This record gives sequence, structure tokens and C-alpha cells, in this order.
Amino acid sequence: MTKAALKVHQIGPAAAFQDLGRPGYIASGLTRGGAIDTLAVHEGAALLKQSPDCAVLEIAGVGGVFEATAPLRIALTGADMTAKIDDAPAAWNAAHQMEAGQRLTIGAARSGSYAYLHVGGGFDAPVRMGARGGHMSAGLGKLIAKGDTLPLLPDIGTRTGYFLPRDARFDGGTVRIVPSVQTNRFPPEERARFEATAFKRDPRANRQGIRMEHEGEGFAAEGMRTIVSEVIVQGDIQITGDGTPFVLMCESQTTGGYPRIGTVIPADLPRMAQTPAGGKITFQFITLDEAVAIQQKDAKTRAGLAAQAQPLVRDIHDISDLLSYQLVSGAISAQADPFE
Amino acid sequence: MSSTYPTIHTVGLSGVLVTFADALDDTANRAALAFRAAVDAEGWDWVHESATSLISAFFRTDLAEYPADRITGQLNDLLATRDWFAAPLPEGRKLWHIPAVFGGDLAPQLDEAAEAAGLSPQDAIAELTSTRMRVITIGFAPGQPYLGTLGEHWNIPRLGTLSPNIPRGALVAAVRQLCLFSNNTPTGWRHVGQTAFRTFRPTSDTPFPLSPGDELLFHATTPEDYKTIAANNNDGAGGATWEALS
Repeated sequence: MTKAALKVHQIGPAAAFQDLGRPGYIASGLTRGGAIDTLAVHEGAALLKQSPDCAVLEIAGVGGVFEATAPLRIALTGADMTAKIDDAPAAWNAAHQMEAGQRLTIGAARSGSYAYLHVGGGFDAPVRMGARGGHMSAGLGKLIAKGDTLPLLPDIGTRTGYFLPRDARFDGGTVRIVPSVQTNRFPPEERARFEATAFKRDPRANRQGIRMEHEGEGFAAEGMRTIVSEVIVQGDIQITGDGTPFVLMCESQTTGGYPRIGTVIPADLPRMAQTPAGGKITFQFITLDEAVAIQQKDAKTRAGLAAQAQPLVRDIHDISDLLSYQLVSGAISAQADPFE
Repeated sequence: MSSTYPTIHTVGLSGVLVTFADALDDTANRAALAFRAAVDAEGWDWVHESATSLISAFFRTDLAEYPADRITGQLNDLLATRDWFAAPLPEGRKLWHIPAVFGGDLAPQLDEAAEAAGLSPQDAIAELTSTRMRVITIGFAPGQPYLGTLGEHWNIPRLGTLSPNIPRGALVAAVRQLCLFSNNTPTGWRHVGQTAFRTFRPTSDTPFPLSPGDELLFHATTPEDYKTIAANNNDGAGGATWEALS
């Protein structure tokens, strides 16, 4: 039997295989890498009822056209992109069946920055140093190109037609941070100004880091020039020489000489990753204890995702309790002025 | 040395950092290397991986799973067992012999680096090939070593204007250190030598040949010999050999 695969007829400029990364190489100068939105990876795994270690396709900006060579299952998570299978719209944050010869078309993002295409069994991307995910800045892996054939590993699952409710991480918001090694180098009034500042995600953002822009003066630490280069963890917010914050992401360098004002907690990294260019972000300091409690709750949420998945309803005749649905939710009332 | 060191800090929710000085300092670097090795030898369950930077040892963990108090207590107990600033370097280190071309078209900034150091080009090459350089940290790019430490007269500043594209394998000098580049990169460090040594070999069983604490000795070679080495360099060794350091 030939292996199932997806043939790439069109592809955006920044699509690559990802997974949960390649830990263990900080001492050798290589950051973990992996999907920039790991929550989306867990959501896809929950929809397809498979391991979150399966390799996925991470898509920035705009998708592509993919043809199934055999029956296969897919799931779509992360940034909400327009999607259809042949001519039928395909719901986002959901799992679908594709038959041999069918084409999946993924368009541009409507919200968020990074979309994920999952397949049943996971992509059979080459294993390099224990993982399948690309780390482009290190030269591991490559961008997907038109004409590529993306092979799938055998799929032991069968379930499709489920969706997960979307959360609110795709349009910016409040991102929680904890103090880090150099936070005390920033005077209290500078930290307060940082929290009070409305930032926008700069278009200059990638898997290495996200530049944040704001009105007004840059931020400054005491003795910035004398700081010894120090280890970086994902989510560190470094302040560069001109006072601009950069949030360092999964594919950053392992060490850096710019001072860091704080570190985004892991539970808020998906929001950080998905905030689109121009999206508004404010940073809020919380204590380590508060962060630990949030993080423990987040781990439970991820573990419980599979139980959250619900059947997609395609046909109104399948809805047995139709009358219990509030079908007019969101409709305009008779009294309201529709032009207001 | 301030009596407040070493310090222990949490790093986000992803780890803890034990820092041995407030400025670059050779004894602090040795202390960090020795302390990291000692923690690794303890086999504590919370240590997911470890690393050293110039003056610190880093231990990655999940602080949501392992309480910071417990980790800090264990680290403090171990810190108190000995004088880490006097600790010997870890075992299992290597001495590498690496061929390099100095000066000429392949390393065009040797002369100006020598001048900045107050040396003739010949004397500069003599020092660069007789000083055993220690890997004080690996970072920034995969496998990329920062090597210390040259004499005080090599405390030459980085260039104000970046050189746009210095090739991988380049040996570059600034602030009493050498760096051996993993990838082509813009830099303000001066390009004094060129090797065919690959510091990151993704398809090899040992993708990162160098470890912190290893020592490197460069051997001047001719451009012709360098080209022969570079043309037969499938393993990325670049003509280098190594011997065990006890």
C-alpha cells in the first residue's frame, strides 16, 4: 500500500514542519524551537485523538493548496484562515476527512498569525537530532515549496467531524510576565511605565522574536552597557540599545547581552505568538506564586482538551434538540437603531 | 569579588540561574563550569537540562512543577560544600588542534587587529598560535564557541561598522576573546583567521564537537593547504585533531 501524502500545489512563503521542539541543546547554543503556538499543537492532537508529538505544518500568513493522495484525516488549528475542501467550506479548529484527489485550500489569516495543519498519524518529516521540527536559523529543516509531497505516517485513528471552541488569544490583550534576572536593573518607575504602556506588535516579528512598538520614550536599565551576556529563555523581553522591547520566542539565540525587563509566562506565549501585526498588547507583572498557579491550571486545560471536543453539526436534521437552541442570538432587536 | 556572589535567581518559570560574578571573570567562569558538572552529577529529578554562560550556570526546569524554594535550598546546600572559585575544571575535556590561515584574502582583518593590539602581523600570529584558548561558553549560534583569554593588549574594541558577511569557520577577535563562527554572519569582530572547522554538524552523531572547558590551539597553515582541507571536508573536521585533557 502506498503511503498517504499531501501534494503541495501552492504554498505561502513561510510554511514548515514543526513539533514540540528539540530540548536539551541550550549548552550547545541551540534553542528548543518547535511550534511557536504549542497550544495549537495540543488542540490538533485532541481533535484527531493522537499524540501531541506528531509533526504538524506551521503556516505563517497565508496557506496553500494541498491534494490528498489517499483518504486521510486533517485538523486545522491556530490562526483562523479561510479553508475549503474542494468547494465546501471547512470549519476552522476542527477535524475533517479528505478523500483521495480532494484538494484542501487554505487562504489568508482572518485573525492570529500562525495556523497549523495536522494530519492523522502526523507528517513523516525527517528526524534530525531527535525531532522533526524545523529550526531555520540553525539550518535544520526547510520551508515547504510548491511541488513538494508531504508524506504521512500510518494513521491508527478514525475520528473526524469534531471541533474545539476557540479561545481569545488571537487579537492581543494582556500578557502576564514575571520578574527575571535583570528586572531589578530597571528602576520601579520604569517598570511601572512599562506596565502602563499600550504596545503594538510590530510587523517585524518572526519565530526568533517579536518587536513591540509604542509611543513615547524607550525603556532603559541602569548599567545597560556593562551587562554580561546571559542565558535566554523563551518569553524573555529584552530591551535593545534604543529602548525597544523584543519578546524572544522559540527560535531565538541562546544567550544575549541586552537586559531583560521580565519574562512572559509560558501560558501566555500562545497569545504573544498569535497577536497579529498591529495587535495591541499590554504587559502585567505578576508574582512567581501567581504564575505557578496559572501554569498549573493551564497544564490541566491542555490535558483536558480531548474531552472538550464536540461533534460538528453539518445537517439540521441531525440536531435532535433543535428547539433548545437559541437561534436568534445576536440578532438586531426591533428597537435598536441599526445605523448606530 | 563581591561577597554577595554566588546568587540564585529564577529565570521566568523555566529555570534557575546561579551567577558567580557581576563582570566577566575567569575564576567565575571556572566556578560555573565546575558547579554545573557537580549539579549534573547529583542527578536531581528537577534538572531537565543544564548549561553555562560566561559567569553563570543555568538549570532548566518547570517551576510550576518543582517549587523554587526546594530547588534553591538544594543549590545552596551544594554551593556551601566547597570553594567553587578554586574548583578544578571538569573532567572529560579535550585539547583541539585546528589548522587556520591567518591574514591574506582569507582573513583580511589580521593586520588591523595586530595594529590595534600593538603587534606586528608576525607577532600577532605567533601569539594566536601559541595561546591555548579555552571555550568559556557556547552560544548565540549552534555550537559557536567564545574563547578566552588573550593578553591585555588584545582588549581591542568591536568595530563601529559591522562587516556585512564574515564566513562560517572564521576566527574573529575582540575584547581579549576569539570566536569561531558557526554560520556566515555580520559582525563587529575582526576576521583574523579562517578555518574549515564546522562547529555544528547536524547530520553527525556528535553534532556539537566542542564543549565548554575544551581548549583550542590554532596551527598556522598555508592558503593552499587550507583549500585542500576545505575541499575534502565531508565530516566538517577541517583537518582538526584532538587529545584528551586530564
